[in-house]
Amino acid sequence: MSNKINTIGIPSEEEIKKAQIDFSPRCTAAGRVNDKETQKMVEYILNFARKHSLFVLAYGTGCGAIEIPATMTSRYDAERFGIRGAATPRQADVLLITGYLSTKTLKRVIRVYEQMQDPKYVIAFGSCTINGGMYFDSYNTIKALDRYLPVDVYIAGCMPRPESVIKGFIKLQELIQNGNAGNGECYRDNLDWYRTNQQKIIKNWDFPDEYNW
Amino acid sequence: MEGIGFKILGALLTTILAFVVGMFYGGLNRKITARTQNRVGPPVYQNFIDLVKLQGKRTNIAHGFMGHIAPVLAIIASLTVLMFIPVLHDGLWFRNLTFKGDLIFLLYMMVFGSLGMALGAGQSGNPNSAIGVSRGLAQMVGYEIPFVLALVSLMIQFHTTSIQDLMAYQHETGQWIIFANPFAFLAAILSYLGMFRYSPFDIVGAPAELASGPISEFGGKYLGTMMTSGSIFAFIKLVLMVDIFFGGAGNFGSGFWGVVAGLVELVVKTFIVYMIPVFIGLVSPRFRTEQAIRFFWKWPTAFGVIAILWSVFL
Repeated sequence: MSNKINTIGIPSEEEIKKAQIDFSPRCTAAGRVNDKETQKMVEYILNFARKHSLFVLAYGTGCGAIEIPATMTSRYDAERFGIRGAATPRQADVLLITGYLSTKTLKRVIRVYEQMQDPKYVIAFGSCTINGGMYFDSYNTIKALDRYLPVDVYIAGCMPRPESVIKGFIKLQELIQNGNAGNGECYRDNLDWYRTNQQKIIKNWDFPDEYNW
Repeated sequence: MEGIGFKILGALLTTILAFVVGMFYGGLNRKITARTQNRVGPPVYQNFIDLVKLQGKRTNIAHGFMGHIAPVLAIIASLTVLMFIPVLHDGLWFRNLTFKGDLIFLLYMMVFGSLGMALGAGQSGNPNSAIGVSRGLAQMVGYEIPFVLALVSLMIQFHTTSIQDLMAYQHETGQWIIFANPFAFLAAILSYLGMFRYSPFDIVGAPAELASGPISEFGGKYLGTMMTSGSIFAFIKLVLMVDIFFGGAGNFGSGFWGVVAGLVELVVKTFIVYMIPVFIGLVSPRFRTEQAIRFFWKWPTAFGVIAILWSVFL
């Protein structure tokens, strides 16, 4: 998202300078070199397995959680693409953030994301994760998720229907096959930048200093 | 022909067979579940894809030494039990290390994998794991009693503790033990419902209330190893049931195609037995822990006692 958008709730240029935050998004697919031509055969097969076996940790933060049962059950049946629910972050591949994130919830989401094992993907679900959505002027929801976590796929809509959710998953599968998804390493490399952003939001910061991920 | 090379080759073949058939049964279970719920469902080879993905994870975390070797213990237990089960009742290839008294040995060895997993889950420190382990051990106390009663009644009735002898008896007389001692079969198949941990006895790994229980802190290659172990163990349990109660599977004649025909017979029989817990699981909600134990100590145990009386007095 460019900095030229200047609506209420999105920080303007002056506010950005005042807050001393570099708002240019990190960990996007554009800057990665691991394209299909340079992949080795093993990585190609692994990517094939990864894209057809997505264990989803559906983090039901907001109203979007109501669309997940419809996506998973009989009518839309996401399991035919190999998408199934995971119970804990250790087993999960995809963190599905469904809806707005309050500042309290953000802390938990970050802990959950850091407990997941590489390669891990984030799908941001609904308008609220893109620009705040209908909570654009709320005092305690974050407006753009990719300042705090590396996001692979956004699904726009308020709410996105199950068709859109499945379309988002298929987009993620394309990215995985091309080697453009999975930003866990990039997150660790840019940890200082993310930590700066996160600590500006989360007041009672009590994360451990050293992680074993 | 009795060389050690043949033994090792036969053991490898048995392992590959158990792995492939067990994984396909897991996929078939998912597919049948999906079709029952009017869904398309994943392909039957979905479990293989899941396994490749889990083993291909870049980072794997273990919470200490026991958590690191718990999946290894589970798969060692599965393979050990597999080596003592006669997969085909005659011929050279699929009998492996079976010996007189393997029925008693299996009774002890079959709980070893669960115990190893309990140790690993205990070290993770996750409260869901601890609750899952305590539930699992409680349920094990429940289903082991009817299972032991069923097997003991067979030992009394046929004066043997060898699976090989039981299969030979069924082969010679042409009568399956399910007809010779039906109450033992009832007790055993009801305790199998608990052993497979499908609904209504999925209280151990209940995903919605316990976050998958003992395995909740295992991810990546650890989860993949446990999945492999579970698939092999499912195959073992089915083969044991078919061996004891359904006459097992034998070679049709000699030579390569005889062995293949025997394996086809085995797969058909195990699949039919596998459908019993799967279909019961599809239409059942979940028991609470004390309901499950009460069930096991009521009906299957009663059938087990009747089976022992049957085998003593008839």
